[in-house]
Amino acid sequence: MTENVDQSKRRMLFVATAAAGGVAAAGAGAPFVMSLMPSERAKAAGAPVEVDIGAIEPGTMISIEWQGKPVWIVRRTPEMLELLAKHDGDLADPTSSIPQQPEYCNNATRSIKPEVLVVLGVCTHLGCSPTFRPEVSPADLGANWAGGWFCPCHGSRFDLAARVFKGVPAPTNLIIPPHQYLSETRLLIGDDDKSKLKGGQPADKGATA
Amino acid sequence: MMNLLKNLLAWVDERFPLTSTWKAHASEYYAPKNFNFWYFFGGLALLVLVIQIVSGIFLTMNYKPDALFAFASVEYIMRDVQLGWILRNIHSTGASMFFIVIYLHMFRGLMYGSYRKPRELLWIIGMIIYLALMGEAFMGYLLPWGQMSFWGAQVIVNLFSSVPFVGPDLAILIRGDFVVSDITLNRFFALHVVAIPLILVLIIVAHLVALHEVGSNNPDGVEIKKHKGPDGHPVDGIPFFPYMVVKDAVAAVAFLIVFVAIIFFAPDMGGYFLEYNNFVPANPMKTPEHIAPVWYFTPYYAILRAVPPLFGSQFPGVVAMGVATVIFFALPWLDRGQVKSIRYRGPIYKAFLAAFVVSFVGLGYLGLMPATELYTWISRVLAVVYFAFFFLMPWYTKIDKCKPEPDRVTSK
Repeated sequence: MTENVDQSKRRMLFVATAAAGGVAAAGAGAPFVMSLMPSERAKAAGAPVEVDIGAIEPGTMISIEWQGKPVWIVRRTPEMLELLAKHDGDLADPTSSIPQQPEYCNNATRSIKPEVLVVLGVCTHLGCSPTFRPEVSPADLGANWAGGWFCPCHGSRFDLAARVFKGVPAPTNLIIPPHQYLSETRLLIGDDDKSKLKGGQPADKGATA
Repeated sequence: MMNLLKNLLAWVDERFPLTSTWKAHASEYYAPKNFNFWYFFGGLALLVLVIQIVSGIFLTMNYKPDALFAFASVEYIMRDVQLGWILRNIHSTGASMFFIVIYLHMFRGLMYGSYRKPRELLWIIGMIIYLALMGEAFMGYLLPWGQMSFWGAQVIVNLFSSVPFVGPDLAILIRGDFVVSDITLNRFFALHVVAIPLILVLIIVAHLVALHEVGSNNPDGVEIKKHKGPDGHPVDGIPFFPYMVVKDAVAAVAFLIVFVAIIFFAPDMGGYFLEYNNFVPANPMKTPEHIAPVWYFTPYYAILRAVPPLFGSQFPGVVAMGVATVIFFALPWLDRGQVKSIRYRGPIYKAFLAAFVVSFVGLGYLGLMPATELYTWISRVLAVVYFAFFFLMPWYTKIDKCKPEPDRVTSK
């Protein structure tokens, strides 16, 4: 009997069966893989947040939660803004050429109003939340420190426009989230009517980096 | 009565290979008679596995995998569940002890060339166990939902997001969310208590099956199967049961004395087994002043920190850390030495192995410390030593002047 076996037909049937089985397995795998992706509720948690910034004293910062992450709002003093321009040579990306901010914040102060900085408080290295160190020349950060943020995890440093210094682990400036002013003191974070956010998706993929 | 039992056994044996399995893996599995101190740790690893599974099952009965309740439920176990604090301390101490035992077990393999032919697959299966154990420990560490749980998971998951192109989506897939959240906690719980333990048990069985197929290596690194007596058993081997079991029982008692002493007198081990920041509930808004992984991950963490970002990306550091972990898989093919055991190796291998131990322990220490400029530079030097041990191995093992191996095992 064996000499009558049609090997090519047998091979064809084997491949066809394997292919059909593979398609079925991929289909059956879909619910398992999809259930691991962010749920509708997780996506909805990315809704914009409204915040009153009237009570922030000059030189201080508040931290609010947006998409489960800290967003800092700093009211910079004129002295702070003056110091910003003086260390461009020490920064990795002083002109913010890497798009870590909406177009309207791509300026020297990385903000809509020069004194008010809105920034995502997540280190672009490995996602820790850096510590606010507004003082000038503290003992532990050195004489050149003109105020900014220091990441306790791996020592990354950022200035008061959230721009990263050279020679630290963080590769890019901190992210400026989309935001807009609803009035003189009311700020909406996460929505600017221009760069429309898709439900919960970070404005920039780098937000998770 | 005896006759009844005998008949019952015969009845079972006709339907299930009970006696033959017992003989093959215990009463007639011949292990080399020259085993020394370093051969305790395989059995001890098995003991810790059982301790972890049993204590873990009982912790699960009172733990709640929910970001709102997880931290409080662990405190509830520590304060209100009767003797719950012992269960919790057993499990947290067991995690660290597991790594101590496994690292010594692996070091034994390095010393006596236990990864060499014909034990390559045995070594590879063991490495898979090690990786599974790292995953198990990492996911378990998130469950108490303390500050270190949260920020440790945040940093480690973000390592994946530095992978070019797919990284950010990969990190979202792992977390199931855009940040480490309740969703992440819930899935890590499922993986920690169901998926990885199942896989671990299966590959540990495979590890033992592979071991019993090729036979145990020994401190002399010579094959006992070369010399068999008239009964067909190796003349330099003794049955695992009862002789090796009795020996291992002594080690288990000594080990348990240490284990229990830690549980009662130093369950946090000065912040190394349980980090102080983890007694603070997770706060996604604020990173603690100083974060470091638990001690058993710090050698790799120090390597990660030692590599500066290249081309504006942290990925090279992540690759270095990954390579440092998986390079062990290649050992059977990197080693070109004529002998297996360190007893007959030349001075070059001994020096490299000593340097490797210094680099591993040194990196482990530096990984616990804040990253100052000096420490970063020491980490870089030690990382180079670490990799030199592996990448130069094909050359230095070849030119090393080995002593002749004995024909049979030696014992004092």
